[in-house]
Amino acid sequence: MKKRTVSALLAAALTASALTGCGGKAEAPAQEQTAQSQETQEDAKQESSEESVDISAAKESGGEVTITYANFNASGGNEETLQKMYEAFHAENPNITVNIETIGYDDYFTQMQTRVAGGTAPDCYELNIENFAAYANKGALAELTGIDVSGYNATALSAFQVNGKQYGVPGNFSNVVLIYNKDLFDQAGVTYPDAAWTWDDAMAACEKISALGDDIYGIYQPITFNEFFKVAAQYGGSVLSEDKTAFTINSPENLAAAQMMIDKIVKTNVQPTESQMGGMGDWDLFESGRLGMIPTGIWAFGAFTDACDFNWDICVEPGGTQKATHFFSNALVVNKDSSKKEAAAAWINWLASSDEAAKMRIEAGWDLPAVSDESVLSGYLEITPPDNKQAVFDSLDYLAVAPIIEEYSMMADMITDKLSLAASGELTVEEALNQAQEECSAQIKLQ
Amino acid sequence: MKKKKSLIQAVPFMLPSMLGMVIFSFLPIVISIVISLTDWNGLDKLNGETLGNSMVGLENYVRILQSEEFWAVLWHTVYYIILYIPLVLVMSLLVASILNRTMRGITVFRVLYYIPVLTSWVAASLIWKWVLSPQYGVINQLLGYIGITGPDWLTDKVWAMPAVVLASVWKDMGFYGLFLLSGLKAIDVGYYEASRVDGAGRVRQFFSITLPLLTPSLFFCVIMALINAFQLFPQIQIMTEGGPNGATQVMVERIYTYGFKYFKMGYAAAYSWILFVIIFVLTLIQMKLQKRWVHYES
Repeated sequence: MKKRTVSALLAAALTASALTGCGGKAEAPAQEQTAQSQETQEDAKQESSEESVDISAAKESGGEVTITYANFNASGGNEETLQKMYEAFHAENPNITVNIETIGYDDYFTQMQTRVAGGTAPDCYELNIENFAAYANKGALAELTGIDVSGYNATALSAFQVNGKQYGVPGNFSNVVLIYNKDLFDQAGVTYPDAAWTWDDAMAACEKISALGDDIYGIYQPITFNEFFKVAAQYGGSVLSEDKTAFTINSPENLAAAQMMIDKIVKTNVQPTESQMGGMGDWDLFESGRLGMIPTGIWAFGAFTDACDFNWDICVEPGGTQKATHFFSNALVVNKDSSKKEAAAAWINWLASSDEAAKMRIEAGWDLPAVSDESVLSGYLEITPPDNKQAVFDSLDYLAVAPIIEEYSMMADMITDKLSLAASGELTVEEALNQAQEECSAQIKLQ
Repeated sequence: MKKKKSLIQAVPFMLPSMLGMVIFSFLPIVISIVISLTDWNGLDKLNGETLGNSMVGLENYVRILQSEEFWAVLWHTVYYIILYIPLVLVMSLLVASILNRTMRGITVFRVLYYIPVLTSWVAASLIWKWVLSPQYGVINQLLGYIGITGPDWLTDKVWAMPAVVLASVWKDMGFYGLFLLSGLKAIDVGYYEASRVDGAGRVRQFFSITLPLLTPSLFFCVIMALINAFQLFPQIQIMTEGGPNGATQVMVERIYTYGFKYFKMGYAAAYSWILFVIIFVLTLIQMKLQKRWVHYES
């Protein structure tokens, strides 16, 4: 009897230790943090549910302050630029010292979530659009008031409002344009795309380009939720109803949009299937000179300048019944539980909207500041290729912002899964959208 | 009396590691059981009040067991295990047998076979992604030489999981091979000599002497392999991302996604406890079956 219970306990201990030892990275840090947070008896819930900080009043807080700022955008090459920006800020505000943490994108959100739950989050930090809604809705962010709105791009600023309250400032922005291979267009005898193109024009061009060879394709547009909500907007549809209280995934406009996206893979094959891609990345395909067009982010310019040995240029993305283009921005937010909110707010406001920071950002070829001052942005136009840089700013006239809800990730994954099934031919487009509508409505509660 | 005294003397020596185990292992384990009974979102401050307010009892467990997704994901993991365990044991045994020589330079070969074990799964997965590439990968090139058009491996519904198994076997056979090697070395040479006198050939020796006396090591390898296989994650994430269309999605990925992408930490905790129970039960079954096939020398 005794031996059996001992061996049973040993089996349990062995399993437990094996699990903790070999556990994925996600498990261990979360468990360590929860152990630590047991000690911190801070009852944040007892404080008022909304803490706000007035940015315009920030400058008046004298005294030496040291704050922490975490970000991911600078990782992978722009750490120096960020440091230079800080030095400029510190020169203007010698009483505020900022300890900057730059963490790689892949690890950033797991560690940030754990720190917020454990009460050790930095005074201010960066968030992408997907996570911003969750953090704001779950009360982790301080409301920002007193912002000089004129300095910011209005669309960018509105992206980080929840229920009319501002919870973050846009630290940067980037958008998506159509990048095309001029040489392939010449070969196929097709005129270059221009801002007036519709998807019908694009498809006609694709047919001619794909005809050039067996492994040459007209276009590659990822079949993801990200693309879908934008193309839906180009056909006048949207994923959510106007007041965001219901899903409208299988509306006729959305169906037209999804049909266009899927047909070019399944019916005409001017876009390669996943098997035909064989694990190759979409940028790689374009850089190899076998892809006519690719709608992708302006952050591709650097990579394409280096890697492409053919002529290429950009233009505004084609439209359906109207134009709609992507808009990406990262939010700079203040931790609701920070004791140095004013200093933190001053720093992020400077980083996001000051002329010096904006100029440094552009000169370093990093990304674009979300400011409204056109003269600051003009330096960007001078860096070529591509020649038609103006298209980046023209695209701003048709911005479609992502439908941000609290359960954004789940909704995005569900719709992407269904669209992928349609792209591999296992569902019809109509079935895919209907199923997505059903599942999202069943599993996600909208206010 | 003596026993008690030596026990008391031992306590201060044991205290540091015990403290570590309690704080970093046992305490979080207990807390995670509590979390699994709540619908905590992983972002609200973790304290008694938050957890108390979000208690939902066994609802997470019920929802998981009722969800189609759980059973699909469980099946994928089991499918992986059915393919992986026999293959890795056979290959490891092969490796161990080959390395069980006393020729000069054999250590070099032992190191070479062990190197895959030491590489990071991230690096190994990226390389294997290219090796398995339908058009440019080495495997399909080789198959092409003997006239077979290789499948699309990682983007093919049928071949994606076998492809992951292949990569996993390559990476792990050095690890289990090492255990089996030490098991082989522990077999008394006398047995082989005696059997040769009786006219036994190599094959007979292998199945009647080597295998039975190797069963303790094999048993250990099976248990370790099972426990690890249920936690399959990094290679799937990089090679297939759960694709094509969810054909290779496994449990640990779901736990991560629910906990850190969908902000449903309570659900994720319940998921991981269900995983624990599955592994625990299987291990217990293995230990019971031990008596039937594992031959311990008296």
